[in-house]
Amino acid sequence: MRLTQTMRKAGVVASGFALAIGLAACGDAGSDDEGKNVDAEEVEEGKFEAGTRMAELAEAGTINVGVKYDQPGLGFKGAADDLPSGFDIEIAKLLVADLGIDPQDTSKVKYVETISDNREPFLQEGTVDLVLASYSITDERRQSVGQTGPYFVTGQQLLVPEDSDVESIEDLKGKEICSVTGSTSIDRINENGAKGVGFDSYSECVQKVLDGSVSAMSTDGTILAGYAAQNEGQLKVVGEEFSEENIGVGYSIDRPEMCEWINGVLEESFDNGSWAEAFERTLGPSGVEVPDPPTLDACPA
Amino acid sequence: MRAVLDNFDAYLQAFGYTLFLFLVAGVLSMLLGTVLAAMRVGPVAVLRVVGTTYVTLVRNTPLVIVFAFFSFAAPDLGIRFGWLDVHIGPFDFTTFFGAAVVSLSLYTSAFVCEALRAGVNAVSLGQAEAARALGLPFAGVMREVVLPQAFRASIPPMASVQIALIKNTSVAAVFGVAEAVSQMRSFNNEFGTQRYGIALAFAIGYVLVVEVVSYFANRAERRYRVAT
Repeated sequence: MRLTQTMRKAGVVASGFALAIGLAACGDAGSDDEGKNVDAEEVEEGKFEAGTRMAELAEAGTINVGVKYDQPGLGFKGAADDLPSGFDIEIAKLLVADLGIDPQDTSKVKYVETISDNREPFLQEGTVDLVLASYSITDERRQSVGQTGPYFVTGQQLLVPEDSDVESIEDLKGKEICSVTGSTSIDRINENGAKGVGFDSYSECVQKVLDGSVSAMSTDGTILAGYAAQNEGQLKVVGEEFSEENIGVGYSIDRPEMCEWINGVLEESFDNGSWAEAFERTLGPSGVEVPDPPTLDACPA
Repeated sequence: MRAVLDNFDAYLQAFGYTLFLFLVAGVLSMLLGTVLAAMRVGPVAVLRVVGTTYVTLVRNTPLVIVFAFFSFAAPDLGIRFGWLDVHIGPFDFTTFFGAAVVSLSLYTSAFVCEALRAGVNAVSLGQAEAARALGLPFAGVMREVVLPQAFRASIPPMASVQIALIKNTSVAAVFGVAEAVSQMRSFNNEFGTQRYGIALAFAIGYVLVVEVVSYFANRAERRYRVAT
């Protein structure tokens, strides 16, 4: 309506076109406020040594990346979203772009949902080439898959209702705290004297905190911050971190050459500020300060 | 396998929850299923319609949806199990256990009803007619003549229904009960290199539990077989 009036007033077709284009550009920017468009990098001849997995992927022009769909701020995909969003995803985009593949093109990059339980099998079977799914580095996991990083260090905290007077896990001894079935978080809850209750996804667990069935939910602080931001005024994050999780990138143990490449891309993102920018953009809104980039582990020789 | 052997108490406790779910839901589903079967074969049209509607509705709904209803929709409607707070040794029976038992019982009772109804159909019509001719009312006909024979005829399908219930308890894993599957996923998460051993250990656990139930069902079937 407004558009047609403006056009009639101006009486010039050209100005109408200009306006339409302007509006279109505006709408485009508005719909994409979560993720950043990362451009595919030019892969020069000889950038990746022949025979390496990176060379194969760059040659094929397609890649499968395992990510989470239910962790706002880290890896999240709404029912109507084309692309998942979050910090894990932004780091994944940097890696994918380095292979000369457009990270926004879902026909080239498949963001496969991996739940905690199936990350190792997916890497072992080659269902995915990389895993960036709030994947904690542990010695046990390093026996079956390759892990490098960390690109992020976090710890377990508590998410409680806004009016709760719980201040730390000490206040919840013997009480029920929910998390995701089969996750490390459940084990930590039990170790700290509370009782872990497992649900299939974090969003279901949040629901149980909201309806009062459990006193708190616990997992990595950054995930909780994402939910606190989603339910502002109803939920808050409390307590010191009572575990340390080093979040890294998973790759197939049969492709050890990927380690140096991943570390290289991460190092570059630390140096040129794209890591900090990705952090600010995805986890910043929930009130987490941008930390110093973590120190990367050395690759196995 | 090492992971399971080193944490055998956790393994046993997990199957403990599985057994509790099975025993409580098993008894409740038998009771409710019997009432439903009586409603469906009874002379009161309203009860027949109610019974048939219940069975049709519940039997055609996936168990996960029944669980999801009692976990997420029911609390909003005011149906909560917050009053349940029983602790026996290392076992906690709270709101999540309550929701799981109710889901499993309501779901399984539809199948119990149908197994029993098949048993009722196996009792020849002459038996019921003879009982009525003796002057027994409907309740008496059912209690004294039809249901005892129907129960005996329906032992094999009833055993299948209860075995299905044992395996269905695994759905509770993702609704807050720390039963076998939930523990298995925990082991898998922590000891990713021993997945095959862990899967095998839990498969053996389920097979053992099911075999015990089948054994008693077989014994019962032989002992109470209806003479033909």
